[in-house]
Amino acid sequence: MWDYLKLGILGVIAVLAAIAANYAHDLAYMVNAVMVMIAAAITFLVVLRGIDEPKTVNPLEYMDDVVRAGVIATVFWGVVGFLVGVVIASQLAFPQLNFEFLQGFGNFGRLRPLHTSAVIFAFGGNALIMSAFYVVQRTTAARLWGGNLGWFVFWGWQLVIVLAASGYVLGGTQGKEYAEPVWYVDILITVVWLAFLAVFAGTLMRRKEPHIYVANWFYLAFIITIAMLHLINNMAIPVSIFGSQSVQVTAGVQDAMIQWWYGHNAVGFFLTAGFLGMMYYFVPKQAERPVYSYKLSIIHFWALIFLYIWAGPHHLHYTALPDWASTLGMVFSIVLWMPSWGGMINGLMTLSGAWDKLRTDPVLRMMVVSIGFYGMSTFEGPMMSIKAVNSLSHYTDWTIGHVHSGALGWNGMITFGALYFLVPRLWSRERLYSLSLVSWHFWLATIGIVLYASAMWVSGIMEGLMWREVDANGFLVNAFADTVAAKFPMYVVRALGGGMYLMGALIMAYNLWMTVRAQPAMASSHAAVPAQ
Amino acid sequence: MCAKKVTQKPGDVPTTGHVWDGIEEYDNPMPRWWLWTLYACIVWAIGYTIAYPAWPMISRATPGLLGASTRADVAKEIASFDEANSAIKARLVEADLAAIPNDPELSSFAQNAGAAVFRTNCVQCHGSGANGFAGKGYPSLIDDDWLWGGDMEAIHTTITHGIRNTTDPDARYSAMPRFGADELLDRDQIAQVVEHVLQLSGQPFDAALATQGEVVFAENCVACHGEAAQGDPTQGAPNLSDAIWLYGGSREAITQTVTYARFGVMPNWNTRLTEDEIRAVALYVHSRGGGE
Repeated sequence: MWDYLKLGILGVIAVLAAIAANYAHDLAYMVNAVMVMIAAAITFLVVLRGIDEPKTVNPLEYMDDVVRAGVIATVFWGVVGFLVGVVIASQLAFPQLNFEFLQGFGNFGRLRPLHTSAVIFAFGGNALIMSAFYVVQRTTAARLWGGNLGWFVFWGWQLVIVLAASGYVLGGTQGKEYAEPVWYVDILITVVWLAFLAVFAGTLMRRKEPHIYVANWFYLAFIITIAMLHLINNMAIPVSIFGSQSVQVTAGVQDAMIQWWYGHNAVGFFLTAGFLGMMYYFVPKQAERPVYSYKLSIIHFWALIFLYIWAGPHHLHYTALPDWASTLGMVFSIVLWMPSWGGMINGLMTLSGAWDKLRTDPVLRMMVVSIGFYGMSTFEGPMMSIKAVNSLSHYTDWTIGHVHSGALGWNGMITFGALYFLVPRLWSRERLYSLSLVSWHFWLATIGIVLYASAMWVSGIMEGLMWREVDANGFLVNAFADTVAAKFPMYVVRALGGGMYLMGALIMAYNLWMTVRAQPAMASSHAAVPAQ
Repeated sequence: MCAKKVTQKPGDVPTTGHVWDGIEEYDNPMPRWWLWTLYACIVWAIGYTIAYPAWPMISRATPGLLGASTRADVAKEIASFDEANSAIKARLVEADLAAIPNDPELSSFAQNAGAAVFRTNCVQCHGSGANGFAGKGYPSLIDDDWLWGGDMEAIHTTITHGIRNTTDPDARYSAMPRFGADELLDRDQIAQVVEHVLQLSGQPFDAALATQGEVVFAENCVACHGEAAQGDPTQGAPNLSDAIWLYGGSREAITQTVTYARFGVMPNWNTRLTEDEIRAVALYVHSRGGGE
């Protein structure tokens, strides 16, 4: 019965999407409607073919198929996102690369949101969803709740990515940083995200463990807060239901404040809380040591989620935002320093008694460096939120450097560590194909980040100083174009660093592929839920 | 499960007794330095929010004990420079334009002020080196070829009112006829006159066509560009006998120009800059190398 209902819904979606494509006011909308139509049609066929198949689900097994798919998607989108990053870094260094034939879809302005969304929401999002599904099953000793709802989350998220990405290059954007997807993609995100919440919370509810593990606190906080942020920041009224354009409900400084409340907490909950959830599972597992301090977990968790949500105004220092909001954004950011570091301490101290493993285990080394970069960027962040520092750093490349030491160092490296941990286990392989390739990846990525971040520090501080330089009479000394010219060497170094990081990711993709392909299979050891 | 203390091995801190997928948790206290730094941050935060505008109340936010305001700060900073410069700015506005370069103090101030105005407002079209954008219609300001005159008075007028804009009735204005598009000349005549212009500017040319082109030129072009094609700064007609080309000097570019004409526009700056700023930037441009 349920299958027939699904067929009906999918059929209606396909037909409506076809009609929408026909009436489309703009290219982005039309292409997206055709994509939705194709996706609905394919799903229709899949459901139809499986309609009389016997359902063979062992409720005592973990649902790992969807995690495996998530691992593949994470690696794929990671490589795509890093590649686009290298392309736009090169376009900044060599503007000639914005070729005439690329204008309107492949120039820097179109590719930049493609890069940020691909790494944050496609790579990071898949890493978070897949690891949340893996971790919540292991730490609750329960199968994923909701049957195929987990698959809906996975495929729904891929559809979100494809719709958003194709929309960007064709000009379908809300023009809000990190919230570029247009209104109908926002609706799909909401549906998929609520399904994600349902699967995660449902699994927690049926847990066989009496307590909820700290990783799950962070995952849950991340899922709930992102839902709230997404809904409020994307309040918009479509100009037409057959077009991608919409008008924001709020305007002016209110809109700016909501945007950066969202923007900063996308960092705080997507890239910090969610990834701390990963850290809390994979680091103790890989180190085979207990978590350092339960008390610290509790205090830093609650302090982090309470404080992060107020820190957004530091993105709007010295703007139309009133001074009082600016002050609050700054003090909350600074008080946030220690709660952020609580996660670093808990991660690093978990290794006490196991530091010798760093010599032999490049995966653990990756995780430790990731925690190091986490600590560094969560110190740099509060520092940059101080008004006096911000007056120099704001709008400069320093911000870009800060973001990337967090994103490449913390989010990227912990995800790589998790992937190296997961692939042998998910595919029941004895070990990784090559630890020396992991070492290559580690060094390429680490040196790449260092090149990237230091180039951006130099370039950011230099341009900040050049912008503010006035002579004795109060006149500006430099033209904007002078600062652009001065940054050229740093832009080349940045592109180089990004290229090394991309190379590392390609090596990882090869290594994981060969692990699945060439390593001997073991008997599946983790399929059945262990009785606790 | 009760949170009973489990000791792993001798000398080890007890764990909380929870186990998830093999992960245990030590019951370590929070690091003291961490806790005290957190407390210190909180105390500092409370103090800071008392000193500075911070907590939103019903009708307005707490102003803070120090009475700080970023807007007031920047207004004060601007006012202090304005005050320091007000005397010399007044002198700049009153001075005879042509005499400014001879007054060292005034000229030095105007150079700095003009350079700043130029970097902010002019570089977008004329380039940060003021060398324009050859072939794209943005004239170089560092040569001695001036479309509308290069003395202080002429530059000042151009900046004040702009060229061919619709926002200032006093803007400099002239329009070259669209000889091809409006069928004032046929294709052959255009080809001939282009060869003649190539000849005038000392480029390789077709002698036969150029001879015929001389006639076309005399009938259609000399009124603005002059007998010797030296141009006429009173109506913005460019000199065609030198190697400086606003829209390119190739055969194709000149043909394009004769066929469709050109209509370069510059904004009037009298609504965006003050008189002292216009005078300063006029002096700056005048001094770039080619001022007359």
